[in-house]
Amino acid sequence: MAFSIYDFSSFTQSIHEGLSNRLSPAGTLAVEWVIVGIVILLFVAVFGLFLVYAERKVCAFFQQRLGPMRVGPWGLVQTIADFIKLLMKELIQPARADKFLYNLAPFIVIIVTFLAISVIPFAKGLQAFDFDIGVFFVTSITAVGVIGILLAGWSSNNKYSLIGAMRSGAQIISYELSVGLSLITIVILAGTLQLSGIVEAQRAGWFIYRGHIPAIIAFFVFVIAGTAETNRGPFDLAEAESELTAGFHTEYSGIKFAFFFLAEYVNLFIVSAMATTVFLGGWMPLHFGNLEEFNHVMDLIPPVFWFFIKVFFVIFLIMWFKWTFPRLRIDQILTLEWKFLLPINLFNIILMTVIVLMGWHF
Amino acid sequence: MRAIWKYLSDVLKGIWTLIQGMRVTGHYFFRPWLIVTQQYPENRRKLVMFERFRGEVTMPHNENNEHKCTGCGICEISCPNGSIEIITATVLLPDGKKKRIIDKHIYHLGMCSLCNLCVKNCPSDAIVMAQTFEHAVWDRTQLTKVLNRPGSKIMEGIKE
Repeated sequence: MAFSIYDFSSFTQSIHEGLSNRLSPAGTLAVEWVIVGIVILLFVAVFGLFLVYAERKVCAFFQQRLGPMRVGPWGLVQTIADFIKLLMKELIQPARADKFLYNLAPFIVIIVTFLAISVIPFAKGLQAFDFDIGVFFVTSITAVGVIGILLAGWSSNNKYSLIGAMRSGAQIISYELSVGLSLITIVILAGTLQLSGIVEAQRAGWFIYRGHIPAIIAFFVFVIAGTAETNRGPFDLAEAESELTAGFHTEYSGIKFAFFFLAEYVNLFIVSAMATTVFLGGWMPLHFGNLEEFNHVMDLIPPVFWFFIKVFFVIFLIMWFKWTFPRLRIDQILTLEWKFLLPINLFNIILMTVIVLMGWHF
Repeated sequence: MRAIWKYLSDVLKGIWTLIQGMRVTGHYFFRPWLIVTQQYPENRRKLVMFERFRGEVTMPHNENNEHKCTGCGICEISCPNGSIEIITATVLLPDGKKKRIIDKHIYHLGMCSLCNLCVKNCPSDAIVMAQTFEHAVWDRTQLTKVLNRPGSKIMEGIKE
């Protein structure tokens, strides 16, 4: 089996050929689906737990604390212990809750994250589905997540849950615009909606460099809007611990609460991965013009590592936002979107179009 | 035109204030040696409390088992919780005069709020706040302490 850490397409190709030699086409497809499903499931579980740990550590260091230190060396096993505790807890259902919707909501939220992860290119050939409309797919599928949140708030028979869910709905519908428009700014430059195509187009230079001013503006608008979309950081008023106890997931316990919790962190990863793919060159290594030796050394680092280095950079940026800024009020959030981000974004698209038409980009 | 200018300056000012906030938190994030959390049971051998910390009231004695307490009772009067009891004794001096000395300086740590008033008001600086902090005991009677050691006497030259 051919295997290279720099190019996974031969690896996946050999798996596909090995399977189709032994099985019928339908059987091959079924086995591949199962493999992809298990890989994504494991990735979500492990990476979600790791992100929870990372968030607690980063938060602690911002606040001059040490964070979890007791379970395992440097508290590394802490989130696993927390997860086992959540698994063993009783699933309590509030009286007069809408039982079907109440049980459905966490699954909608977690399935949406699985779907969004499936189109992210981790490295060359390491992508579950390579759609022609990858960017469009991600923006539309992450918008479905809000349905899960709305259902959770609605079905819980709890006023705090309902208020939290409604806030979340208003917020995500608003910020969906900014996410979409800032991605479109780069799609104008790339000329394709396919995520692997977008990464490939950045071989000559990352889009944040090639699109200079409008790309940088679009990057920051995307990070702000993405933070709002994941209900995190200064935009976490859907949960608003001090006002709404825990917002839409107040009434959830045990594994269902863990689903919401995990989905929140995996959504953080998805936003960071999209920012990486679209703005920061995906798995492309860092290259500087004609510094041949430097570029060669950078090429030695495998693309998967490049992808995760950039993703962690964006995740760190978003965590920095969360642990610095105070929570916005609902009217301030909507003002920020409709009076500031949206006009800036629309102007930015015009600017980018002019730059692309005149050929002023690098 | 003026409105557009105000809008843009609002945006830039907002970004500038956000960067100011991120600079403060970033300052602490990239300086992990400023972390204040103590890994307590592991580092109890070398854990040093800060100067302001008030653990309990103690009466320092010198190497000759002498203290500075005259038994005046000002600490007892100034204590808001009544956690200090002064029991004095009278001794006959060689020249035939009677002198009041401290017999027992009883201190109830369980009632003490560590307000420092007794230490502040002591005219002869006989009592100080110690930096000890492991005060857990099995029985609350152990929280009642006699601060002057048995057989101790007052230092020479301490005025009444």
